[in-house]
Amino acid sequence: MAETNWFYDFPKMDKAQLTAIKKHLDTAYRDFSRNYGEAIENFFEPLLNLMVWFENLLLATPWWLMIIILCGLSYLASRSYKLSVGVFAALLSIGYLSMWDDTMRTLSIITICTLIAIALGIPIGIIMARSNLARSIITPLLDIMQTMPAFVYLIPVVMLLGIGKIPGLIAVVIYAIPPVIRFTNLGIRLVDKEVLEAATAFGANKSQRLWGVQVPLALPTIMAGINQTIMMALAMVVIASMIGVKGLGQPVLKSITNQYFTLGLFNGLAIVALAIIFDRVSSAYAKRSQKQYQEQNDE
Amino acid sequence: MMNDSNIAMTQPIVEIKSLYKVFGKNPKSVLKAVKQGISKQALLEQTGHTIGLFDINLTINRGEVFVIMGLSGSGKSTLIRHFNRMIDPTVGEIIIDGQNIIQLKQSQLEAFRRHKIAMVFQNFGLMPHLNILDNVAYGLKINGVNKTERYDHAKRWINIVGLEGYDLQFPMQLSGGQKQRVGLARALAVDTDILLMDEPFSALDPLIRREMQAQLIELQSNLHKTIIFITHDLDEALKMGDRIAILKDGKIIQLDTPEEILKNPADDYVADFVRDVKF
Repeated sequence: MAETNWFYDFPKMDKAQLTAIKKHLDTAYRDFSRNYGEAIENFFEPLLNLMVWFENLLLATPWWLMIIILCGLSYLASRSYKLSVGVFAALLSIGYLSMWDDTMRTLSIITICTLIAIALGIPIGIIMARSNLARSIITPLLDIMQTMPAFVYLIPVVMLLGIGKIPGLIAVVIYAIPPVIRFTNLGIRLVDKEVLEAATAFGANKSQRLWGVQVPLALPTIMAGINQTIMMALAMVVIASMIGVKGLGQPVLKSITNQYFTLGLFNGLAIVALAIIFDRVSSAYAKRSQKQYQEQNDE
Repeated sequence: MMNDSNIAMTQPIVEIKSLYKVFGKNPKSVLKAVKQGISKQALLEQTGHTIGLFDINLTINRGEVFVIMGLSGSGKSTLIRHFNRMIDPTVGEIIIDGQNIIQLKQSQLEAFRRHKIAMVFQNFGLMPHLNILDNVAYGLKINGVNKTERYDHAKRWINIVGLEGYDLQFPMQLSGGQKQRVGLARALAVDTDILLMDEPFSALDPLIRREMQAQLIELQSNLHKTIIFITHDLDEALKMGDRIAILKDGKIIQLDTPEEILKNPADDYVADFVRDVKF
């Protein structure tokens, strides 16, 4: 043994030892998931019910009503006829190519994932903006979350909760949440110091400064983060279909394994269409909220 | 050129006693050396600390316009931020209306800022997302005044500073002079005894500056506020001030009425300043 040349061979840990470590960690995690899996599952039960309810709602709504609602929403957010016409055309072709139900399922999970990511991400971003200590802890975590191959954190989630909607949701949220956190932090840190100083000088306390000055002024930046979060959630939906998330990702997965080129292309295009709709609508909304005080200039 | 005001009735409202401000990692540790008169250069080289303010003592009377004048780096902006404790001194007392504000807790300090002291900023510090009406009403909103009352009040001040009809505009639509009028109206609307003005007219062009100075003098003749006014411009100091404190390297080198400063400059530095004054 001593003859191994460390100069040419990397000095390795003993194979048996390495296996033991892996085995030990795996067993520990398996025991953890056996003991607590059910409790955690129960914890997520209300969320699961919400997801099922929302998906069923979207599926049960007649297609023409759904199209009216979606076109109406996109008009409300962007005030642009062109965009609404585009949304209308995209939805019609999706339905005509018989991808309506899958699209509704994807729409449902994306909506819920985005809402959760916003609800968690904005407060985390605010904490991060307020304390440099929090920032120095959270930033590397976000770096890990963004660079770790998405498949790797599917594994523990599946071990803990099995396959289905909730593990899919968790994976999507973990993958998609970093931008909204980062942009909230950035937006709040970029608020003009003198404006904040003025608020302080007039006796504003911490929460008056936060909600009256920092968050409103950071809003355009936060909206950009939300937009990024939505895009990442859509990208993750295909990967999440591997652990049983229904929607447009599953036909894509099926066409990879069976080499159905056209099926893959159509569903891929439907995802692209959804992404463009979400992107255009949310960025048009962001732009409009930012311009609010410029537009009145023209009066 | 002087305010005729009531200097005769000298009733102190602000007192600062042996105030020092040292910037750096551990200001208290070098305070002794600072008090013994170590030079700015030596302190920086030996300890990495800088002296912001050195042994400041002053008394400001009720209804007085007290000008603090100095060039950039003299510590004037640091000093004015001590009056409402936007900056805490390293050591010293700041007594306002008989109360040492150094001892105030955070919530008391916020209440003090709301009711006792208002501030006008060099670059206006207006809220870009609020219209003029909401900007002027900002202090009142923080005070918890209800909507109708604060809008009534804010509208009155908008009219007084000459911005009638601009209520629903946003700051970015106004010129510099108009923005500073909003800043002034916002500070006056909270109706505090003391008004801090940190180089309020320095960012404005000369014509507008003169106009604003005249407007402030006129307002002051009715309001009799205690105004602490910062400037780097001697002409402005002489025009506005009942008394002037000249600040250099964090020290007050002369504190006097404008006439006295013109007649008897305390040292060559002041004399140099005064030389070019046009009467």
